[in-house]
Amino acid sequence: MKLIAAMSGGVDSAVAAARAVDAGHEVVGVHLALSSNPQKYRSGARGCCTIEDSHDARRAADVIGIPFYIWDMAEEFHDGVVENFLSEYASGRTPNPCLRCNEKIKFAAVLDRAKGLGFDGVITGHYAQMREESDGRLMYRAQDPGKDQSYVLAVLNSEQLAGAHFPLGDTHKEDVRIEAKKRGLYVANKPDSHDICFVPSGDNAGWLRDRLGSEVGAIVDESGSKLGEHKGAYTYTIGQRRGLGLTVPAEGGVPRYVLKIEPKTNTVVVGEHESLAVSKIVGEKPIWCGPMPSANTALRGFAQVRAHGSPLACTYSHDGAEIKVDLDQPLFGLATGQGLVIYDGDRVVGSATVAQTE
Amino acid sequence: MTIYLDHAATAPINDAAIAALTEQVKKLGNASSVHNQGRSVRKDVEDSRHLLSELVGCNPSEIIFTGSGTEANNLAIKGFYWKALEADPRRKVIVTSAFEHHAILDPIEWLVEHEGAEQVLIPITESGTIDLEFLKDLITNRGSEIALISVMHSNNELGSLQPIDQVVKLAGSIPVHTDAVQSFSKVDFNFDKLKLTAATISAHKVGGPLGVAALILERGLDLTPILHGGGQEREIRSGTLNAPAIVSFAAAAKSALENRESNFKKVRELRDYFILQLKKSLPDVVINSVSDPALPGIVNATFPGTESDALLLLLDSEGISASAGSACSAGVPRPSHVLLALGISESDADASLRISIGTTNTKEEIDQVISVFPSVVERARSAFAVSKLA
Repeated sequence: MKLIAAMSGGVDSAVAAARAVDAGHEVVGVHLALSSNPQKYRSGARGCCTIEDSHDARRAADVIGIPFYIWDMAEEFHDGVVENFLSEYASGRTPNPCLRCNEKIKFAAVLDRAKGLGFDGVITGHYAQMREESDGRLMYRAQDPGKDQSYVLAVLNSEQLAGAHFPLGDTHKEDVRIEAKKRGLYVANKPDSHDICFVPSGDNAGWLRDRLGSEVGAIVDESGSKLGEHKGAYTYTIGQRRGLGLTVPAEGGVPRYVLKIEPKTNTVVVGEHESLAVSKIVGEKPIWCGPMPSANTALRGFAQVRAHGSPLACTYSHDGAEIKVDLDQPLFGLATGQGLVIYDGDRVVGSATVAQTE
Repeated sequence: MTIYLDHAATAPINDAAIAALTEQVKKLGNASSVHNQGRSVRKDVEDSRHLLSELVGCNPSEIIFTGSGTEANNLAIKGFYWKALEADPRRKVIVTSAFEHHAILDPIEWLVEHEGAEQVLIPITESGTIDLEFLKDLITNRGSEIALISVMHSNNELGSLQPIDQVVKLAGSIPVHTDAVQSFSKVDFNFDKLKLTAATISAHKVGGPLGVAALILERGLDLTPILHGGGQEREIRSGTLNAPAIVSFAAAAKSALENRESNFKKVRELRDYFILQLKKSLPDVVINSVSDPALPGIVNATFPGTESDALLLLLDSEGISASAGSACSAGVPRPSHVLLALGISESDADASLRISIGTTNTKEEIDQVISVFPSVVERARSAFAVSKLA
């Protein structure tokens, strides 16, 4: 096959590209420039947007022996990921930009362009497994539970997954590093990227404050009594306990947590831990990673609501527009806007965006 | 099969240059040392300087060897600016053309940001040359504020020769520098005849090695240096002289100039043939480059409904090397500022390629390139259409 390898400059995508070459594919390396000014979104060498990273990617492609180009996806990234990130926060939700990037950039803009240029698909260094089964190409969790990235890939539909290749899904991260060293890829010891790639210094709250302003609002309890003030509701996360700066002590000294963010009134609602309990989740805009499960039928599976969260046993059903989940055990603290991913064992069934919880 | 059509980026090293380079690298000695090895290397360097001066049309002492064309341009821009300002604090204006190479534009921008300079860009006319009327008015109105005028001898993306003799005439006593990196050895270029104050030439564009260039600087002029140290080159440029590269540079230039007319004719015929065939196979192609007076081998063309990076990828996969506008330091393709200065829209500039033909190309190669172009353009169009739909 003719494949485009999306190379971030990190160790995973470099080894993924090298493996695809070994497997006999015709591979062309591409580094995605996600900012028109690479220093604008982030400085330092941990993210995916620095000059050093594009050089690292180029060097890896040279060592592997494949052609290498830089594709300018800055506009697409800004419109599809950064703007969405801001507007979601402004609406009081907590988005996951990595999910958006996979959905809108890597397996949309890049995959489409690759196909237009005569390529068959896109290789990335994500940790997930694709298996050819009678129902088509299905996605499963990675072998390495610590690195499994099926959660952030669950926004890909069957058509996108048909052109997606994840050569690292069967390997543990430490073995990928060893392999990189053996292959002479000097990125072997490069640290993993963790934070949001377009937020410099990892200061998410500060980055949001700069763009959305820091209008003072009230922090209230569940009955609506004012307990204190905040500088921008969106800098809080559901379930957050520290940094509330409340001067009115709680009854009996019980710790208080952020329960709700109300963007219209710029209010943060706090309360006891038990009030964070969620046992029902409604997700909207479902995406199916394989065959669509029977509609309006109660099915057993697992729900996951964070990239590295635990799978939670549940009963779920969908009507085409929404997925409704009943958790066997409640979870504590779930923000709307997060990704809800449904698994059948290790297989990814599909995903939706958390719209409502109770 | 590989076909190299990027001679304006760098040209293949010629045999004379290889022979000179490989001989000289074996030789021990620092040209600045007083002992016999030093003297011997010094003689080689000075012989080369002498030879090069004859080829450029200047005095040997007017050649200041540098490590690159970019360095020579930086030395000219910053050196003249600082010198002019020292003599007269009103002289803060640096005049250049809107489609100069970044090695001219960026040092000026740096002076604007950090040293209080003012940049004035001469607009480009439809014919791909600078607007002389604009320059005339500027000199009339603000002549006493101008530290330096720097206009390239020929444009590296359009090929168009610039009216440098006219610029010099209009400038009067204002120093004039020209970036002659693309012109030297390809078209008539003579420093003395043009009455220039300074000019930049570079070895790797004339069939010489990488890593050596020169600033030709009028005798008796003293520029503020950028590199300080041993003062090897007229106290204006410091650094141990790169004797092998210098000797090879002169040999390359000699060889190129000996064959200048026949090379010009050959390359120009290939260029005209290429354009003719390209228009036949792709009727909607738009040629932006200038045919005359121009460098012989530059073709700049817009392929509507494509993106240049897609075209380059597809051509590369067919073994054909061409180029687009410049890329930023991270390698992100940018629409060519040269085409934008010419008044071409950003989307058309984005869809343009520069093909630069050289003496080593053949008619068979051009035929081969023409045979794959339609399918390359078609695929680039389909990729572009998909990306715009999304």
